[in-house]
Amino acid sequence: MFSNRYIYIYSIILVVCAAAILTFAAVGLKPMQDRNVRVEKMQQLLDAVGISSTTKDAQEKFDEYFTEQYAVNLKGEVVGKIVNGKQILGKVNPFSLDEKKQFSLAKNKDENALLPIYICTKQGKKQYVIPVRGNGLWGAIWGNIALDEDLKTVVGVNFSHKGETPGLGAEITTDNFKNQFKGKTIFDGDKFTSISVIKRADKANLHQVDAISGGTMTSNGVSDMLKDCLGYYIPYFNSVKK
Amino acid sequence: MATINLKLIKNPFSKENPITVQVLGICSALAVTAKLQPAVVMALSVMVVVSLANVIISLLRNTIPSRIRIIVQLVIVSLLVILVDQVLKALVYDVSKQLSVFVGLIITNCIVMGRLEAFAMSHKPFDSFLDGIGNGLGYAAILITLGFIRELFGSGTLWGFKVIPQIFYDWGYQNNSLMIMPPMALILVGLIIWFQRSRNKDLCEE
Repeated sequence: MFSNRYIYIYSIILVVCAAAILTFAAVGLKPMQDRNVRVEKMQQLLDAVGISSTTKDAQEKFDEYFTEQYAVNLKGEVVGKIVNGKQILGKVNPFSLDEKKQFSLAKNKDENALLPIYICTKQGKKQYVIPVRGNGLWGAIWGNIALDEDLKTVVGVNFSHKGETPGLGAEITTDNFKNQFKGKTIFDGDKFTSISVIKRADKANLHQVDAISGGTMTSNGVSDMLKDCLGYYIPYFNSVKK
Repeated sequence: MATINLKLIKNPFSKENPITVQVLGICSALAVTAKLQPAVVMALSVMVVVSLANVIISLLRNTIPSRIRIIVQLVIVSLLVILVDQVLKALVYDVSKQLSVFVGLIITNCIVMGRLEAFAMSHKPFDSFLDGIGNGLGYAAILITLGFIRELFGSGTLWGFKVIPQIFYDWGYQNNSLMIMPPMALILVGLIIWFQRSRNKDLCEE
Protein backbone atom coordinates (compact mmCIF):
# COMPACT_ATOMS: atom_id res chain seq x y z
CA MET A 1 0.00 0.00 0.00
CA PHE A 2 1.06 3.52 -0.66
CA SER A 3 0.55 6.36 1.79
CA ASN A 4 -1.53 9.41 0.93
CA ARG A 5 1.60 11.50 1.08
CA TYR A 6 3.20 9.27 -1.57
CA ILE A 7 0.11 9.55 -3.78
CA TYR A 8 0.09 13.35 -3.58
CA ILE A 9 3.78 13.66 -4.36
CA TYR A 10 3.51 11.06 -7.13
CA SER A 11 0.66 12.86 -8.88
CA ILE A 12 2.34 16.26 -8.58
CA ILE A 13 5.59 15.00 -10.08
CA LEU A 14 3.77 13.14 -12.84
CA VAL A 15 1.67 16.12 -13.86
CA VAL A 16 4.57 18.58 -13.70
CA CYS A 17 6.72 16.29 -15.86
CA ALA A 18 3.91 15.82 -18.38
CA ALA A 19 3.28 19.56 -18.52
CA ALA A 20 6.98 20.30 -18.96
CA ILE A 21 7.33 17.83 -21.85
CA LEU A 22 4.27 19.24 -23.59
CA THR A 23 5.44 22.82 -23.13
CA PHE A 24 8.83 22.06 -24.62
CA ALA A 25 7.22 20.22 -27.52
CA ALA A 26 4.70 23.00 -28.17
CA VAL A 27 7.25 25.81 -28.01
CA GLY A 28 9.87 23.89 -29.95
CA LEU A 29 7.55 22.83 -32.75
CA LYS A 30 5.64 26.12 -33.00
CA PRO A 31 7.82 27.76 -35.70
CA MET A 32 7.50 24.67 -37.92
CA GLN A 33 3.75 24.50 -37.37
CA ASP A 34 3.30 28.21 -38.13
CA ARG A 35 5.32 27.81 -41.28
CA ASN A 36 3.10 24.90 -42.34
CA VAL A 37 0.00 27.00 -41.78
CA ARG A 38 1.39 29.88 -43.85
CA VAL A 39 2.44 27.54 -46.64
CA GLU A 40 -0.96 25.90 -46.61
CA LYS A 41 -2.67 29.29 -46.92
CA MET A 42 -0.46 30.12 -49.90
CA GLN A 43 -1.23 26.77 -51.50
CA GLN A 44 -4.94 27.34 -51.08
CA LEU A 45 -4.73 30.79 -52.64
CA LEU A 46 -2.72 29.38 -55.53
CA ASP A 47 -5.17 26.54 -55.94
CA ALA A 48 -8.07 28.99 -56.29
CA VAL A 49 -6.44 30.53 -59.37
CA GLY A 50 -5.65 27.09 -60.75
CA ILE A 51 -1.95 26.88 -59.98
CA SER A 52 -0.85 23.65 -58.38
CA SER A 53 2.00 23.89 -55.91
CA THR A 54 3.89 21.69 -53.50
CA THR A 55 4.84 22.57 -49.96
CA LYS A 56 8.35 23.32 -51.26
CA ASP A 57 7.63 25.75 -54.07
CA ALA A 58 4.50 27.38 -52.59
CA GLN A 59 6.35 30.45 -51.25
CA GLU A 60 8.17 31.00 -54.52
CA LYS A 61 5.06 30.64 -56.67
CA PHE A 62 3.04 32.78 -54.31
CA ASP A 63 5.56 35.63 -54.59
CA GLU A 64 5.62 35.23 -58.35
CA TYR A 65 1.86 35.34 -58.97
CA PHE A 66 0.37 37.23 -56.06
CA THR A 67 2.18 40.49 -56.67
CA GLU A 68 -0.41 42.68 -54.96
CA GLN A 69 -2.15 42.21 -51.64
CA TYR A 70 -4.70 44.68 -50.30
CA ALA A 71 -6.54 45.17 -47.07
CA VAL A 72 -9.88 46.92 -47.56
CA ASN A 73 -12.40 48.21 -45.05
CA LEU A 74 -16.17 47.86 -45.17
CA LYS A 75 -16.53 51.14 -47.06
CA GLY A 76 -14.47 49.69 -49.85
CA GLU A 77 -11.41 51.85 -49.22
CA VAL A 78 -7.99 50.28 -49.56
CA VAL A 79 -6.16 50.85 -46.27
CA GLY A 80 -3.20 48.52 -46.66
CA LYS A 81 -1.33 47.67 -49.80
CA ILE A 82 1.63 45.43 -50.46
CA VAL A 83 3.07 45.38 -53.95
CA ASN A 84 5.91 43.05 -54.83
CA GLY A 85 6.61 42.42 -51.18
CA LYS A 86 6.82 46.11 -50.27
CA GLN A 87 4.33 47.90 -48.06
CA ILE A 88 3.32 50.96 -50.08
CA LEU A 89 0.18 52.01 -48.21
CA GLY A 90 -0.80 51.78 -44.56
CA LYS A 91 0.72 49.39 -42.08
CA VAL A 92 -1.53 46.36 -42.38
CA ASN A 93 -0.13 43.19 -43.86
CA PRO A 94 -3.15 41.59 -45.56
CA PHE A 95 -1.65 38.10 -45.48
CA SER A 96 -1.27 38.03 -41.70
CA LEU A 97 -4.77 39.35 -40.94
CA ASP A 98 -6.75 36.95 -38.80
CA GLU A 99 -9.62 36.22 -41.18
CA LYS A 100 -11.79 34.60 -38.55
CA LYS A 101 -11.62 37.71 -36.36
CA GLN A 102 -11.99 40.19 -39.22
CA PHE A 103 -15.03 38.46 -40.68
CA SER A 104 -16.77 38.37 -37.33
CA LEU A 105 -16.07 42.13 -36.99
CA ALA A 106 -17.46 42.62 -40.48
CA LYS A 107 -20.54 40.61 -39.59
CA ASN A 108 -21.25 43.05 -36.74
CA LYS A 109 -20.65 45.94 -39.15
CA ASP A 110 -17.68 47.06 -37.07
CA GLU A 111 -15.79 49.84 -38.85
CA ASN A 112 -12.45 48.40 -37.80
CA ALA A 113 -12.89 45.27 -39.89
CA LEU A 114 -10.12 44.82 -42.42
CA LEU A 115 -10.65 42.39 -45.25
CA PRO A 116 -7.79 40.87 -47.20
CA ILE A 117 -7.85 40.63 -50.96
CA TYR A 118 -5.15 39.04 -53.08
CA ILE A 119 -4.47 40.04 -56.64
CA CYS A 120 -2.90 37.51 -58.90
CA THR A 121 -1.33 38.49 -62.18
CA LYS A 122 -1.41 35.55 -64.54
CA GLN A 123 -0.48 35.89 -68.20
CA GLY A 124 -0.92 39.64 -67.99
CA LYS A 125 -4.42 39.32 -66.58
CA LYS A 126 -5.55 40.28 -63.13
CA GLN A 127 -7.55 37.92 -60.95
CA TYR A 128 -8.97 38.88 -57.57
CA VAL A 129 -8.89 36.24 -54.88
CA ILE A 130 -11.32 36.73 -52.01
CA PRO A 131 -11.05 34.62 -48.87
CA VAL A 132 -14.33 33.33 -47.45
CA ARG A 133 -15.12 31.72 -44.13
CA GLY A 134 -18.22 30.13 -42.62
CA ASN A 135 -19.66 27.16 -40.82
CA GLY A 136 -20.43 23.70 -42.10
CA LEU A 137 -22.20 20.96 -40.19
CA TRP A 138 -19.51 20.09 -37.64
CA GLY A 139 -17.19 23.06 -37.68
CA ALA A 140 -15.60 25.83 -39.66
CA ILE A 141 -15.33 25.76 -43.43
CA TRP A 142 -13.27 28.25 -45.39
CA GLY A 143 -11.94 28.85 -48.83
CA ASN A 144 -10.93 31.28 -51.51
CA ILE A 145 -12.84 32.41 -54.53
CA ALA A 146 -11.02 33.80 -57.54
CA LEU A 147 -12.81 36.38 -59.69
CA ASP A 148 -11.93 37.54 -63.16
CA GLU A 149 -10.95 41.12 -63.98
CA ASP A 150 -14.64 42.03 -64.33
CA LEU A 151 -15.09 41.16 -60.61
CA LYS A 152 -18.10 39.06 -61.56
CA THR A 153 -17.07 35.83 -63.16
CA VAL A 154 -15.63 33.06 -61.02
CA VAL A 155 -12.44 31.55 -62.40
CA GLY A 156 -11.83 29.10 -59.59
CA VAL A 157 -12.55 28.22 -56.00
CA ASN A 158 -10.93 26.32 -53.22
CA PHE A 159 -12.58 24.98 -50.08
CA SER A 160 -11.28 23.47 -46.87
CA HIS A 161 -13.03 22.27 -43.76
CA LYS A 162 -12.24 21.44 -40.20
CA GLY A 163 -14.15 18.21 -39.77
CA GLU A 164 -16.98 17.64 -42.21
CA THR A 165 -18.11 14.04 -42.71
CA PRO A 166 -15.78 12.14 -45.06
CA GLY A 167 -17.62 11.05 -48.19
CA LEU A 168 -20.46 13.51 -47.54
CA GLY A 169 -19.85 17.13 -46.49
CA ALA A 170 -16.11 16.73 -46.97
CA GLU A 171 -16.73 16.34 -50.70
CA ILE A 172 -16.72 20.15 -51.00
CA THR A 173 -12.94 19.89 -51.38
CA THR A 174 -13.16 17.66 -54.46
CA ASP A 175 -12.61 18.88 -57.99
CA ASN A 176 -16.05 17.65 -59.05
CA PHE A 177 -17.66 20.09 -56.67
CA LYS A 178 -15.21 22.95 -57.19
CA ASN A 179 -15.25 22.83 -60.99
CA GLN A 180 -18.96 23.59 -61.00
CA PHE A 181 -18.17 27.14 -59.89
CA LYS A 182 -16.03 28.01 -62.91
CA GLY A 183 -17.78 30.45 -65.20
CA LYS A 184 -20.57 31.24 -62.74
CA THR A 185 -21.13 34.88 -61.83
CA ILE A 186 -21.83 36.56 -58.52
CA PHE A 187 -23.60 39.59 -60.01
CA ASP A 188 -26.68 39.76 -62.19
CA GLY A 189 -26.18 43.09 -63.91
CA ASP A 190 -25.45 45.30 -60.93
CA LYS A 191 -27.36 43.20 -58.45
CA PHE A 192 -25.34 40.97 -56.10
CA THR A 193 -26.67 37.42 -56.33
CA SER A 194 -23.82 35.34 -54.94
CA ILE A 195 -23.85 31.67 -55.90
CA SER A 196 -26.29 29.29 -54.26
CA VAL A 197 -25.48 25.67 -53.61
CA ILE A 198 -28.82 23.91 -54.01
CA LYS A 199 -30.30 20.55 -54.86
CA ARG A 200 -31.01 19.87 -58.53
CA ALA A 201 -29.42 23.13 -59.61
CA ASP A 202 -30.12 24.32 -63.13
CA LYS A 203 -26.81 23.95 -64.99
CA ALA A 204 -27.66 26.89 -67.25
CA ASN A 205 -28.29 29.20 -64.30
CA LEU A 206 -25.19 31.28 -63.70
CA HIS A 207 -25.86 31.70 -59.98
CA GLN A 208 -26.42 28.09 -58.95
CA VAL A 209 -24.35 24.98 -58.42
CA ASP A 210 -25.40 21.47 -57.44
CA ALA A 211 -25.30 20.58 -53.73
CA ILE A 212 -23.75 17.40 -52.39
CA SER A 213 -26.21 14.59 -51.75
CA GLY A 214 -26.01 13.65 -48.09
CA GLY A 215 -24.14 16.86 -47.39
CA THR A 216 -27.02 19.31 -47.27
CA MET A 217 -25.92 21.14 -44.14
CA THR A 218 -22.41 21.60 -45.48
CA SER A 219 -23.75 22.72 -48.85
CA ASN A 220 -25.97 25.28 -47.15
CA GLY A 221 -22.92 26.39 -45.19
CA VAL A 222 -21.04 27.02 -48.43
CA SER A 223 -23.98 29.02 -49.79
CA ASP A 224 -24.19 31.21 -46.69
CA MET A 225 -20.43 31.63 -46.51
CA LEU A 226 -20.24 32.92 -50.09
CA LYS A 227 -23.21 35.21 -49.64
CA ASP A 228 -21.97 36.73 -46.37
CA CYS A 229 -18.28 37.06 -47.12
CA LEU A 230 -18.54 38.25 -50.72
CA GLY A 231 -21.18 40.68 -49.47
CA TYR A 232 -18.60 42.47 -47.29
CA TYR A 233 -16.56 43.22 -50.41
CA ILE A 234 -19.35 44.77 -52.49
CA PRO A 235 -18.36 48.39 -51.67
CA TYR A 236 -14.84 47.58 -52.81
CA PHE A 237 -16.06 45.92 -56.02
CA ASN A 238 -18.16 48.98 -56.75
CA SER A 239 -15.24 51.35 -56.15
CA VAL A 240 -13.04 49.38 -58.55
CA LYS A 241 -15.73 49.23 -61.22
CA LYS A 242 -16.18 53.02 -61.21
CA MET B 1 17.19 -9.93 -23.43
CA ALA B 2 13.71 -11.27 -23.36
CA THR B 3 12.71 -13.65 -26.11
CA ILE B 4 10.02 -12.41 -28.39
CA ASN B 5 6.74 -13.88 -27.34
CA LEU B 6 5.02 -14.22 -30.70
CA LYS B 7 1.70 -15.08 -29.13
CA LEU B 8 1.45 -11.49 -27.94
CA ILE B 9 1.49 -10.31 -31.52
CA LYS B 10 -0.51 -13.14 -33.08
CA ASN B 11 -3.41 -13.47 -30.67
CA PRO B 12 -4.84 -9.98 -31.12
CA PHE B 13 -5.26 -10.86 -34.78
CA SER B 14 -7.57 -13.77 -34.14
CA LYS B 15 -9.00 -14.91 -30.86
CA GLU B 16 -8.16 -11.77 -28.88
CA ASN B 17 -8.91 -9.19 -31.53
CA PRO B 18 -9.57 -5.87 -29.82
CA ILE B 19 -12.52 -4.99 -32.02
CA THR B 20 -14.27 -8.23 -32.91
CA VAL B 21 -13.66 -10.18 -29.70
CA GLN B 22 -12.97 -7.66 -26.95
CA VAL B 23 -15.35 -5.20 -28.64
CA LEU B 24 -13.17 -2.18 -27.80
CA GLY B 25 -12.55 0.83 -30.00
CA ILE B 26 -15.79 0.33 -31.93
CA CYS B 27 -16.48 4.06 -31.95
CA SER B 28 -13.44 4.99 -34.00
CA ALA B 29 -13.82 1.89 -36.17
CA LEU B 30 -17.17 3.26 -37.29
CA ALA B 31 -16.13 6.89 -37.55
CA VAL B 32 -12.90 6.86 -39.54
CA THR B 33 -13.41 4.02 -42.00
CA ALA B 34 -15.48 5.71 -44.72
CA LYS B 35 -12.22 6.08 -46.64
CA LEU B 36 -9.14 3.88 -46.64
CA GLN B 37 -6.47 6.52 -46.05
CA PRO B 38 -7.71 7.96 -42.74
CA ALA B 39 -8.33 4.39 -41.56
CA VAL B 40 -4.69 3.47 -42.19
CA VAL B 41 -3.28 6.62 -40.57
CA MET B 42 -5.58 6.21 -37.59
CA ALA B 43 -4.49 2.59 -37.20
CA LEU B 44 -0.83 3.62 -37.26
CA SER B 45 -1.36 6.39 -34.71
CA VAL B 46 -3.21 4.08 -32.36
CA MET B 47 -0.45 1.51 -32.73
CA VAL B 48 2.20 4.08 -31.79
CA VAL B 49 0.23 5.41 -28.83
CA VAL B 50 -0.81 2.04 -27.43
CA SER B 51 2.67 0.50 -27.65
CA LEU B 52 4.46 3.53 -26.16
CA ALA B 53 1.85 3.95 -23.43
CA ASN B 54 2.19 0.24 -22.66
CA VAL B 55 5.97 0.59 -22.28
CA ILE B 56 5.77 3.68 -20.07
CA ILE B 57 3.06 2.28 -17.83
CA SER B 58 4.89 -1.02 -17.61
CA LEU B 59 8.08 0.76 -16.53
CA LEU B 60 6.18 2.69 -13.89
CA ARG B 61 3.88 -0.17 -12.88
CA ASN B 62 5.50 -0.87 -9.51
CA THR B 63 5.46 2.78 -8.50
CA ILE B 64 1.87 3.57 -9.47
CA PRO B 65 -0.47 3.71 -6.46
CA SER B 66 -3.42 1.52 -7.40
CA ARG B 67 -5.92 4.07 -6.10
CA ILE B 68 -4.99 6.60 -8.76
CA ARG B 69 -3.85 4.24 -11.50
CA ILE B 70 -6.57 5.18 -13.99
CA ILE B 71 -5.68 8.86 -13.65
CA VAL B 72 -1.99 8.08 -14.13
CA GLN B 73 -2.85 6.06 -17.25
CA LEU B 74 -4.96 8.90 -18.58
CA VAL B 75 -2.18 11.44 -18.04
CA ILE B 76 0.32 9.24 -19.89
CA VAL B 77 -2.09 8.53 -22.75
CA SER B 78 -3.10 12.14 -23.23
CA LEU B 79 0.55 13.21 -23.03
CA LEU B 80 1.41 10.81 -25.85
CA VAL B 81 -1.60 11.72 -27.94
CA ILE B 82 -0.93 15.45 -27.74
CA LEU B 83 2.73 14.82 -28.50
CA VAL B 84 1.84 12.73 -31.56
CA ASP B 85 -0.58 15.43 -32.66
CA GLN B 86 2.02 18.20 -32.30
CA VAL B 87 4.71 16.22 -34.11
CA LEU B 88 2.33 15.35 -36.96
CA LYS B 89 1.37 19.02 -37.26
CA ALA B 90 5.00 20.08 -37.47
CA LEU B 91 6.39 17.36 -39.71
CA VAL B 92 3.58 15.89 -41.81
CA TYR B 93 0.98 18.62 -41.91
CA ASP B 94 -1.12 16.97 -44.63
CA VAL B 95 -1.57 13.78 -42.67
CA SER B 96 -2.40 15.67 -39.52
CA LYS B 97 -5.13 17.52 -41.39
CA GLN B 98 -6.54 14.20 -42.58
CA LEU B 99 -6.81 13.01 -39.02
CA SER B 100 -7.92 16.29 -37.45
CA VAL B 101 -10.38 15.26 -34.76
CA PHE B 102 -9.48 11.59 -34.77
CA VAL B 103 -6.07 12.05 -33.15
CA GLY B 104 -7.72 13.56 -30.09
CA LEU B 105 -10.15 10.65 -30.08
CA ILE B 106 -7.31 8.21 -29.47
CA ILE B 107 -7.39 9.36 -25.84
CA THR B 108 -10.89 7.98 -25.51
CA ASN B 109 -10.11 4.83 -27.48
CA CYS B 110 -10.92 2.01 -25.09
CA ILE B 111 -8.20 -0.20 -26.55
CA VAL B 112 -5.46 2.00 -25.12
CA MET B 113 -6.90 2.13 -21.61
CA GLY B 114 -7.97 -1.50 -21.87
CA ARG B 115 -4.47 -2.74 -22.67
CA LEU B 116 -2.84 -0.56 -20.02
CA GLU B 117 -5.18 -1.86 -17.36
CA ALA B 118 -5.29 -5.48 -18.48
CA PHE B 119 -1.71 -6.01 -19.58
CA ALA B 120 0.88 -3.29 -18.99
CA MET B 121 0.07 -2.94 -15.28
CA SER B 122 1.20 -6.52 -14.70
CA HIS B 123 3.80 -7.31 -17.36
CA LYS B 124 7.39 -6.42 -18.26
CA PRO B 125 8.10 -3.49 -20.62
CA PHE B 126 9.20 -5.55 -23.63
CA ASP B 127 6.20 -7.87 -23.47
CA SER B 128 3.97 -4.84 -23.04
CA PHE B 129 5.51 -3.26 -26.11
CA LEU B 130 4.76 -6.39 -28.15
CA ASP B 131 1.26 -6.49 -26.74
CA GLY B 132 0.77 -2.88 -27.87
CA ILE B 133 2.05 -3.62 -31.35
CA GLY B 134 -0.09 -6.75 -31.55
CA ASN B 135 -3.26 -4.98 -30.51
CA GLY B 136 -2.45 -2.09 -32.81
CA LEU B 137 -2.14 -4.57 -35.67
CA GLY B 138 -5.35 -6.35 -34.73
CA TYR B 139 -7.13 -3.00 -34.68
CA ALA B 140 -5.49 -2.03 -37.97
CA ALA B 141 -6.58 -5.27 -39.66
CA ILE B 142 -10.25 -4.58 -38.94
CA LEU B 143 -10.01 -0.86 -39.74
CA ILE B 144 -8.33 -1.49 -43.07
CA THR B 145 -10.82 -4.21 -44.02
CA LEU B 146 -13.69 -1.86 -43.23
CA GLY B 147 -12.07 1.10 -44.97
CA PHE B 148 -11.41 -1.03 -48.06
CA ILE B 149 -14.96 -2.35 -48.35
CA ARG B 150 -16.62 0.95 -47.51
CA GLU B 151 -14.55 3.11 -49.85
CA LEU B 152 -14.78 0.60 -52.69
CA PHE B 153 -18.55 0.22 -52.60
CA GLY B 154 -19.40 3.59 -51.14
CA SER B 155 -17.30 5.86 -53.35
CA GLY B 156 -15.97 3.55 -56.08
CA THR B 157 -12.43 4.57 -55.15
CA LEU B 158 -9.49 3.20 -53.18
CA TRP B 159 -7.00 5.54 -51.49
CA GLY B 160 -8.73 8.31 -53.44
CA PHE B 161 -8.11 6.70 -56.85
CA LYS B 162 -11.01 5.62 -59.01
CA VAL B 163 -11.06 1.84 -59.33
CA ILE B 164 -14.57 1.09 -60.57
CA PRO B 165 -14.46 1.91 -64.29
CA GLN B 166 -16.78 4.58 -65.67
CA ILE B 167 -18.44 2.04 -67.96
CA PHE B 168 -20.06 0.34 -64.95
CA TYR B 169 -21.72 3.63 -64.06
CA ASP B 170 -22.86 4.05 -67.65
CA TRP B 171 -24.57 0.66 -67.36
CA GLY B 172 -26.46 1.84 -64.32
CA TYR B 173 -24.18 0.85 -61.43
CA GLN B 174 -24.50 3.18 -58.45
CA ASN B 175 -22.34 3.82 -55.43
CA ASN B 176 -23.96 2.57 -52.28
CA SER B 177 -24.43 5.66 -50.10
CA LEU B 178 -25.31 3.52 -47.09
CA MET B 179 -21.70 2.26 -47.15
CA ILE B 180 -20.44 5.73 -46.24
CA MET B 181 -22.75 6.01 -43.26
CA PRO B 182 -21.59 4.75 -39.85
CA PRO B 183 -24.48 2.24 -39.47
CA MET B 184 -23.12 0.22 -42.37
CA ALA B 185 -19.77 -0.01 -40.61
CA LEU B 186 -21.55 -1.50 -37.60
CA ILE B 187 -23.29 -4.03 -39.84
CA LEU B 188 -19.95 -4.92 -41.44
CA VAL B 189 -18.29 -5.34 -38.04
CA GLY B 190 -21.19 -7.63 -37.11
CA LEU B 191 -20.65 -9.68 -40.24
CA ILE B 192 -16.92 -9.98 -39.51
CA ILE B 193 -17.68 -11.12 -35.95
CA TRP B 194 -20.19 -13.66 -37.30
CA PHE B 195 -17.68 -14.97 -39.81
CA GLN B 196 -14.94 -15.18 -37.22
CA ARG B 197 -17.11 -17.02 -34.68
CA SER B 198 -18.37 -19.52 -37.20
CA ARG B 199 -14.76 -20.37 -38.04
CA ASN B 200 -13.40 -20.41 -34.50
CA LYS B 201 -15.41 -22.49 -32.06
CA ASP B 202 -13.33 -21.31 -29.07
CA LEU B 203 -15.06 -17.98 -29.27
CA CYS B 204 -18.58 -19.31 -28.91
CA GLU B 205 -20.17 -19.20 -25.49
CA GLU B 206 -21.74 -22.38 -24.20
